[in-house]
This record gives sequence, C-alpha cells and structure tokens, in this order.
Amino acid sequence: MTKVDAPIVLEAKGVTKRFPGVLANDRIDLKLRQGEILALLGENGAGKSTLMNILYGLYHPDEGEIWIKGEHLQLGSPRDAIARGVGMVHQHFQLVPVMTVAENVMLGAEVTRAGGRLDRREAARRVRALSDKYGLRVDPSAVVEDLPVGTLQRVEIIKALYRHADILILDEPTAVLTPQEANDLFRIMHDLTEQGVSIIFITHKLKEVLAVADRIGVLRGGRMVGTTTPAEATEASLAEMMVGRKVILQVEKSAAHPGRPVLQVENLTVRDERNHVMVADVSLEVRAGEILGIAGVQGNGQRELVEALTGLRPIESGRILVEGQEYTSASPRQITEMGVAHIPEDREKHGLVMAYSIADNMVLNQYYQSPYASGPVLDQDKIEDHGRLLVKEYDVRTPSIFTLARNLSGGNKQKVIVAREFSRPVKLLIANQPTRGIDVGSIEFVHKQIVAQRDRGVAVLLVSAELDEVLSVSDRVAVMFDGRIVKTLPIAEATRERLGMLMAGSEA
Amino acid sequence: MTREQKPSDANVALGTRLRRTWRAVSIPVSSVLLALLIGAIILAVSGSSPLAAYSALLKGSLGNSAAVGRTLEKATPLVLNGLAVAFAFKAGLFNIGAQGQLLFGAVVAAAVGFGVSGLPAVIHMPLALLAGGLAGALYGAIPGALKTYSGAHEVITTIMLNYVAINITDYLANGPWKDPSPGNIVARTPRILPTAEIPNLGNIPLGFFIGAVAAVLTWWLLYRTTIGYEIRTVGLNPNAAHYAGIRVSFTIILTMTISGLLAGIGGAIETQGVVGRFQPGFNVGLGFDAITIALLAKTHPVGVIPAALLVGAMKAGESQMQFSAGVATEIIDVILALILFFVAADRIVRWIIRTRATEEEQVILSTGWGQQ
Amino acid sequence: METTISPPRIRTWLNDFGISAVIAVVVIVAIFWGYVTSPQVTTAVLASTLRQSTPLVLGALCGLMGERSGIINIGIEGQMLLAAFIGFLANVYTGNLLLAVLAGVLTGAIMGALLAFMSVTLKMDQIIAGTVINILAFGLTGYYYQQGLTTQGKLLPISLGPLAEIPLIGPVLFRNPPITFATLILIFVIHYVLFYTRWGLRTRAVGEHPSAADTVGINVYFVRYTNVIIGGAIAGLAGAYLTLEAVGSFERAMTNGRGFVALAVMIFGKWTPLGSWGAALLFGLTTALQTQLQFGGRLAIPHQFIGMLPYVLTIVVLAGFVGRARPPAAIGQPYETE
Repeated sequence: MTKVDAPIVLEAKGVTKRFPGVLANDRIDLKLRQGEILALLGENGAGKSTLMNILYGLYHPDEGEIWIKGEHLQLGSPRDAIARGVGMVHQHFQLVPVMTVAENVMLGAEVTRAGGRLDRREAARRVRALSDKYGLRVDPSAVVEDLPVGTLQRVEIIKALYRHADILILDEPTAVLTPQEANDLFRIMHDLTEQGVSIIFITHKLKEVLAVADRIGVLRGGRMVGTTTPAEATEASLAEMMVGRKVILQVEKSAAHPGRPVLQVENLTVRDERNHVMVADVSLEVRAGEILGIAGVQGNGQRELVEALTGLRPIESGRILVEGQEYTSASPRQITEMGVAHIPEDREKHGLVMAYSIADNMVLNQYYQSPYASGPVLDQDKIEDHGRLLVKEYDVRTPSIFTLARNLSGGNKQKVIVAREFSRPVKLLIANQPTRGIDVGSIEFVHKQIVAQRDRGVAVLLVSAELDEVLSVSDRVAVMFDGRIVKTLPIAEATRERLGMLMAGSEA
Repeated sequence: MTREQKPSDANVALGTRLRRTWRAVSIPVSSVLLALLIGAIILAVSGSSPLAAYSALLKGSLGNSAAVGRTLEKATPLVLNGLAVAFAFKAGLFNIGAQGQLLFGAVVAAAVGFGVSGLPAVIHMPLALLAGGLAGALYGAIPGALKTYSGAHEVITTIMLNYVAINITDYLANGPWKDPSPGNIVARTPRILPTAEIPNLGNIPLGFFIGAVAAVLTWWLLYRTTIGYEIRTVGLNPNAAHYAGIRVSFTIILTMTISGLLAGIGGAIETQGVVGRFQPGFNVGLGFDAITIALLAKTHPVGVIPAALLVGAMKAGESQMQFSAGVATEIIDVILALILFFVAADRIVRWIIRTRATEEEQVILSTGWGQQ
Repeated sequence: METTISPPRIRTWLNDFGISAVIAVVVIVAIFWGYVTSPQVTTAVLASTLRQSTPLVLGALCGLMGERSGIINIGIEGQMLLAAFIGFLANVYTGNLLLAVLAGVLTGAIMGALLAFMSVTLKMDQIIAGTVINILAFGLTGYYYQQGLTTQGKLLPISLGPLAEIPLIGPVLFRNPPITFATLILIFVIHYVLFYTRWGLRTRAVGEHPSAADTVGINVYFVRYTNVIIGGAIAGLAGAYLTLEAVGSFERAMTNGRGFVALAVMIFGKWTPLGSWGAALLFGLTTALQTQLQFGGRLAIPHQFIGMLPYVLTIVVLAGFVGRARPPAAIGQPYETE
C-alpha cells in the first residue's frame, strides 16, 4: 500500500488569507494524495479551520492557488467544491434539527419529481443504501434533534458521500466522541480510503494523529511549519511543532491532601426543557483540597448537572449541600454568596457581558455588595480600582480596563472570568470546560490557577470533555454516562482505556 | 510602557474624548442631514420649494420666543416618550406602547385634575402628575408581565394595548368622564382646575424642565445605581445576568413599569400643561416618533433631550411651513421616517461619511418571538 | 444513548392540536345551533367572517413566508396600507380594477424588497426595519392623500353557479369577490409549496439553520429576498382587498392594526398556511360578531369594548400560544456568510 506514489488529488499552493487584524493563513502549501489520511494538527487559532473553509469554497483566499484533481480552480462557493468531489464534515454540525436525516442529506441536491415536488421515499432509499454500504447505521426517517451526537456525525458523512465526495475534510470529528466511538470513526475512515476516498482530518489531539494518519501536517500561527509521519514523530515532538517550544504535557502538581467534604450531592435528578431526564439519581462528594474530575462525552448530563449545582436549572429531586448547608433550591446569587465559584462552559453566554468593559465584568457577581456599592448607588472608583488590580494580578493582556470584553482574545476572556471568580473567598470551584478554545499558554495558566486553588484548600469539581485534561488535572475521576455517575476512581487507577469504556457505557 | 511611548495623559484624554464624542454624534447628525436632503428632493419633485419650506420650518420653530415656546411644548411629551422607549431598549425591550401609556396618563391626570377639588396648587398639581405617571406605569407593567410569564413579545402586545387604550380612553371621554357643561357635544373631559395646571415661565413650559430632570434622573439610575447595572446587564446578556444572580423577570417588569411611568408623566404634562383637559384624538402616532428619538439618542437618556428638541422643532414649525410655503405637514412624517431609517441602517450612513464602525454601535435588539 | 421513551402518538397530537380541536368543535356546534335558530343571520355572520379573515390570512401568509426563511416582518401593516392607497389611486385614475389590484400587489412587493434590503443586506435589526416600513407608509399615505377622490366602483362577488346554492356553505364559500377566492387558493398553494417542494425545503432550512443551507451551496440571501418579496406581494394583495373589494374607498390608517393582528394569526397558526387560515377565521369571527352585536343592540356594552375584541384576542393568543409554538429557529438574526 504505497500511498506515496498515489496521484495528488488536492493541492494548496501559497494560500494566504487575511482577516482584520489577523493573518489566518500565511503562504500555506499542502498536498493530499489519493487514498491517504492527512492529519492537520494545530492549536486553536492556528488557522486550520480557515484553511479548510477555503478548500471547501466557503472562504476565498487572498493569495495562492487551489488545485483539485489536476485542475486549477477558483472556488466561488461550496457548490463548486461539491461539484469537484470535496465534502466537508464541520466541527459544529450543519444539520437542521427539526428535519429528518433524509431531508438534511438531500438539502441542496434534492430528489424531485415533476414540478419540484420532493421525492422523500427515493431520498430515504438512497440514504439507506449508502448507510449499508459503509456500515454507517443511519435511519433516514429519524428526526435530527432526537439523535445522539455520534450518529449526527455519521449523518454528516453520508451527506458528503451522497454528493459523490471522494475528498473528505473532517474538522475536529472526535471532539464529541468517546474513545471507542473515535476508533469506530477511524475504522470507517480506513474503509473509505480503501475505496479510494482521500481524507484530510483536522484535530488538536496528538494521540489520534499518531493512531490514524498516514501523514501529518502541523500549522502554527497560520503557517505550515512542517510535515511528518507517525513513524517519525512522537507526541512530544508534535506538541513542540504545534507550540514552538517545549510543552509540558502534564500539569505539575503535588499530591492532594483532601480534608472534610465540601460539596455533597445526594440522589440528584434533573430534567431538561423537553422533560428528558438528564441527571439521573447522581450522588457525589468533593472534599476540600481535592480535584474531582468528571469525564464523559458531552451530552451525557454534565451540562445539566453543573447548571443544577450553580442554580441555573431547577432540580426535580435530591439534595445539594455545601459544607453541610443545604442549597438545593438556592438562587444563583445565594450560591455565589455561599462561596461557590463557577467557570462556565460557554464564557460568552454565561460568563461575560461582551458589551461591558473589563471593569464592569469584574464585578458581575458583586456589584451590589460593598465596597462596590453602598445601598443602591455604585461606587465607580472602587469598581475601577478592583478591575485594575485583577488585570495586573492575573496578567490579562489588554490596553485598559475600559476595553470591552468582546475585544479580548479567548484566553484573556477566560482570564477575566478566572480573575473574577477567584477574587472572592471561595470554598467550592466548579470549572466547566475551562480551557475550551484557548491557546496553550492560557491553558497552562488556567490549570495552574485551578491547582493553586486546590492547594489553598478549595474543593474543585472539574467537568471536561477533554479526557487528557481530566487525566492530567484531577485527583479523582468520576465518569458520567447517560445521566449517571457510572464509576468513581482514584487517578492512579484511571487509565484512558478504562475511562473510555466507562464513557461509552460499558462497565469496567 | 516607557515614558516616551505614552503621550501626556491629559492630551490623550482630551483627544480620546473628542474622538469619542464625534463618533457618538456623527451617525445621528449625518442621518438627520441626509434625511433633510432627501426630503428636499421629494419637495422639489412635488413642485414645492425646499428652501421656502425649510426656512418656514425654521421660522415656525425658532423664529421668535413664541415659536421657541411652541417647540419646547411639542418637545416635552417627546422627551418623556423618547425616554420611555430608550429606557426600555436598555433592557432589550421594545416599548411601542408609549402612546397607550401616555393616553392613560393623560386621562387619569385629567380626572384627578377636574375631579379632586379643595387642594392647593402645590399639592394638586404634583398629585395629578403622579396619578398620571402611576396610570402609565401600571399600563406599562402589563406587557412586561405578559412577556415575563408567557413570553409574548412586547412589540405586538404593546401595539395591541395601544389600540385598547385608545378605545378605553375614548369610552371614558364619551361616557363617565364626559364634560357635562352645557353646549358641549364633543367627547372630552371637563377642564382641569387651575390648581392642577402646570404653568409656563413666560413662554417656556415648565413641563419641559420636568422632562429634562426626568432625563437626568434616568441617566443616573441607569449608570450609577445597582438597579441600572442590572437593567443594562439584562439587556445586553440575559444569560449572564441570570448567572450573576439578577432576577431577570423582575427586571423586565420593573423596566416596563418605569418606562410606562415616564410615558404616563408625559401624558399628564400634556393634559396639565398644554391642553387643559383630556380630549381623544390628540397625539396619534406618537409611538413611532418616540422610537426615532430614542435611536437618534442612541438610547442614551440625556441624548434624548436634543433629539426631542429636534423633532419638536420640526413639529412646531410644520404649520408655519404649511401656511407660508403651502407644503403638507406630512412631509415631516416622511422625513422622520427617513431619519429613523438612516439611524437604524447605520451602515449606509457610515459608508457615506466614511467612518469605521466601533464596537459599541451594534444595534440588534430583537431575536425572535418568545423567550430564548 | 438516551433512555427516553417517546410519548405515544396520541398525546403528541393532542399537545399540538388539542386546543385547536376543542375550539373547532365548539365553533361547529355553535354554527349548527345558530343555523337552526336563525339561518339568515348565521349565513350573514359566516360570510362576513370569511371576508374579514381574508386580509388577516393574507397578512399571516406574508408574515410566515418571511419568518419561515428567517426574517421577522413587523411591517405588514405598512405594506398593506401603502398598497391599499396605491391600489385606490390606480383605480381612481384608470378605472381599471384589475390594474389597480396589480398596482397594489406591486407596491407590496416593492416594500417587501425594501424590507429585505434592510434586513438581509444592511443587517439591520428587523423589528426596526419593519417599523421603518410602517412609518414610511403612514407618512407617505398621509402626505399624498387628498380628500374627495372617488373610486370607479369596486370588485363585486362572483357566484360559482350551482355550488352557490348549497344551503349555508353555498353563499359563504362560493359567492365571493375574486380576491377572496384567490386567497383561498393561495392558502393551499403556499402550504403545498412550503412542505412538499424543493423550494419549500430550502426556505425552511434557511429559516431554521442558515449555515447548514449555506454549506450545501444554497444562497441564503437569495432565498430570503425572494420569500420576503413574494410575502410583500401577498400583503399588497391584502391592501388591494381593503380598498378595492371590501370598502371601495381609502381612509387614512384604514388598516387599523390588521397587519399586527396578522402576526398573532400566524403564530396561532404555527407558521403554517392552513393553521393561519383557521386562526384568521377565528379572528374574523370576532369582528363579524362585533358588527352583528352592534347592529343587534342586544348587549349593553359600549361599542368601544366590542371594538377592542380583536386586539384583546390577539394578546390572549400571544400570551397563551407563543410559549408553546416553535418559531423557525433562526428568525431575527441577520446571517453573515463569512
């Protein structure tokens, strides 16, 4: 299987793309050969998605050329790319929730009878045929919003295959999969390449790249800094290429000295808006000075659990106690006043007011307390002083405290939230996906801060879909699957394989 | 940051402040000028002389102290209604119901004005004013509560309530509160007692000052108090507001109530300071003007004052324009619509005057019908 | 992965249509009772209901075409008003009713194009865009209106032969002026297009998840523009109906809030043409009853309160239904192709 000699099906020459203030792609060269899996590695903001959007015709390059199957092309829109056999599976699924699988697959390339009338039956038949051919197990008449995330991804793949794609671009496909589901996906990818499909697969996960790729390209700061193969590379060498310096892949921390229990959750049950049980009879305990990590694929109830713990979602049954004090039906404000800090999963939605200045954001939880306010009147000076202090202490990169939050980078936004949460006396810290979408330097910073809190005696509940993060930061690991805590393990016993199986629902 | 790199703080502050002020007013000012320009074109095409029309407009609004008085008089309800709408915008709410709230304020103030006797002016006048404000506040709370508890979008509910208010106040003026004096056949309330009147200082209506004071108080409320912080946070990011512990539902109802209060006071001033009684059929269409003013002022409470003066001037001068230049007064409505268009479509104006957008300028207030 | 059991089909059906079913049963019973007691009055009320509902359902169709593609249209009132006015003027100066109707439809379409321009290209807040349309319409109709213009007649009812002789249903359904007939046809046509054709699928995708449509090569802007313009034409038809079929003359602000009531009709009808028709009939019924009660003089309620009925009903509908109904997911948000 010498893929080295296979013809080049896709090539980018000197592709450059600028956005206001950012050089997203800088003279990138890329070659994809038929039947190979090319992994594109890079941290958040390195330019991978931009490049892929250019290859798919969603963006137009400022400079450079795209060659597909030997033809030099100007891709005006995705239609042109699709016509040449390029299909893309986006990181955030581009599926219409209220429509069926068949409708979603045929959208834009509809099967019609006379007069534009939709032929749903024929579309379903075609979808089923593709599903059987590639072992994708997808039901054409299912409504997308009822399907689990892993299935949605397979729907996206069928969407591409339906349009006769033989060049597939997969953008962070394993972000929402268990290790077992990821392996399943890799099997599908290999099957596809056996049939002549070529695949570009974007990720920031080093292990996957080494497991599945034929060749690896590394992007950093918009530039292609090197290509290699799994045979020649190691995790450490790849990480170094990604970041440009030696990266410590493990968080440095001393052993934990857990004290008395701070958070006690007893038989908690929580439903979502559509009355599905998302948290089913969950009990857990976090002690002072320890980090309990909750591992699990997104969508298994973690979000609802955190929302219940932070007062953002009503509880159906069960109890929550902080240091023995019950706060089962407390409001977010009462919870905050009890000494709970929360780093939210969606920082732009829950954590910050984008249109407020940094100073105004820093007092989001405390604006009504002295010294920031006396009675109903705000004390602007105190608020500004507080802001200046925290910006300095937490190294938030900003020209001034009056800069609006929306103008900060992701990492600095997160720093503002961390600074705010940690500047109060805190007994319990709930950190939900705390390092999603931020640069490596900020990731290290946040991890360090979390461990520092732990060493100060704070109880930390860390919820993360990044298994590596859970493994490197936690002292104990609990796995959440289908709304339940299926097992809790000390870190020493928590291996990737074991956790992966638990995350997929198999007992281990 | 070394010494050489930073220009002196005072210079930087002045430069930044000037630049910020220009950025703040450039769009509204340009929008008005553009609208006037297009209005002139429409006039010319219709056979009238724009020059004659605009100079008559100017004369009728600012030409002499009587004209200025008329301008201030017209501007007064506009200030308060514009404030009402701008205030609601701050919480992300679209209060088109200022007209209905104003009507209730006007009719209730009239009722207190003619129905309560034996009080000295220093009590009677504020009492009527307060009663009108309260009526408006209650009427404003209704759509607020509807939105909070059922998700009904306030745009439609407030417009519907406007029609309801027109009907109810019409009934009141035709029925139980009708002027019983002999010789009266028109639907209207009796005249209010002199002790309830809001006087003028010379030609200047006191009501305008009440409006200006309300604007300043509103600014202080929004930017210097905890309640104001909560209102603005709810308007900018209700999710973050919830997370911060703010009671979003309560804030929405409170905002609509205060908004209604402001509109109600505007109505009360109309009754007590201008008309002297409640007569249905006045000030129709005020709701839309208030939106224009609120957006011209970029929802800033103090900015509402100059915006209201501008619109008030146009309304005050329009009869002079009709009289001496023979131009139908509705051209003013067209010009106002154009102003609203340009202010809301700031991209066009920006392109014309070549300004770059700053981050604060995003004016997207609506995201659908129900609670999101 | 989810351990949920879908509720049995009956319960979902009841959830979606239960209330409508109850209302429908009540209304049918009332009609039968009414017909038995006084057939002429009942027939008159029903015929009036159909006519009153026509501008409402047309307005709702306009609204839902826009909203199904993601654009909120608050300016239906203004579109109707200006179209009514232009249609009226066209009739006065040409005497040709068909031409006048077309003029109205065209006016609506042009206003629709303006709304689309503001919402899609300028990416303005859509509620403000709709408000601009309203203010422009009120201003322009006021400015150019002259008293004393008389029309050259209005559109008269056409009888569809023997069908019109069927008791009760005959005169109500089969003896109507042309625009009313056209409306009935339009309802079914749009329903078919929206849910059974390629165009409808793309429109709905654009309204639910525009980037999904974009990534498969559908031009989101084009779909939105087209839907809003066609919707505008329909609103124009509603305006033409008001002056050329219903009344025969023009008055300032004669739309009287119908454009906004149409939005409630649309929501009550769950953004579907057939549902909107049912809702419009209900609203039309209240207006028809209002006229009946006023003439009958049976109730000692001041006329202003009866006049308030449609508006109050709108509020009740919104308060009761908007929470339960799901609008297209992406409405109100301007779309930016990157």
